[in-house]
Amino acid sequence: MSELRHITVQYYALLHEQTGRREEMLMSSARTADELYRQLAQRYPFTLAPELLRVAINGEFREWTAPLTDQDTVVFIPPVAGG
Amino acid sequence: MVAFQFTHTPIETAALHARLADPACGGYAAFEGWVRDHNEGARVRQLQYEAFEALAVREGERIVAEAIARFGVARAACVHRLGNLAIGELAVWVGVSAAHREEAFRACRYIIDEVKHRLPIWKKEFYANGDSGWVNCERCAAAPGTGHPHDHA
Repeated sequence: MSELRHITVQYYALLHEQTGRREEMLMSSARTADELYRQLAQRYPFTLAPELLRVAINGEFREWTAPLTDQDTVVFIPPVAGG
Repeated sequence: MVAFQFTHTPIETAALHARLADPACGGYAAFEGWVRDHNEGARVRQLQYEAFEALAVREGERIVAEAIARFGVARAACVHRLGNLAIGELAVWVGVSAAHREEAFRACRYIIDEVKHRLPIWKKEFYANGDSGWVNCERCAAAPGTGHPHDHA
């Protein structure tokens, strides 16, 4: 049995529309952001492959393989289009 | 002055311009990004910008600091609009003042290019035909084997 962590996930833009929410708190066995995205992709109709996204943990860009720790806030960042 | 900021109301360029004034500067360069009425062959009637503001502000401040350090300009700033924008409205403004024009132009170009690539800002286009879509997210990026609800082509 994997250890469960309290994770807050925030959704923007297309991911907001595909989840129908701005934020959720969940208990997850995911050890990395990559694992978390793949778990969420089974629950929501995500169309963006993870290779197209970046990830931020606690407000800073991080690697997909960075380990998640209890109480982390994760944001998946779809392809950007500022300007 | 604040190096990077978001606003939900129209960008007032006169006030921003005044904040870059500096007696040591002989040149000022600015870039304005406007809402265009078409993109990739589709008629656009409105745009909506959204950002992960906390991270975007920090990263935007880094970009402006990089430009100042790299090109040796005196002052630089960037303001990006969020929310719903009409055709012709100002979406993003970059201003740089420097001793000479060359570094002002180069720093201005650097800031807008990096802002477009690095900041977590998203743009949703609303098309004349009633359709809509997030730029860079919907037409080209559907994962293999997943459904795609509509087509903007």
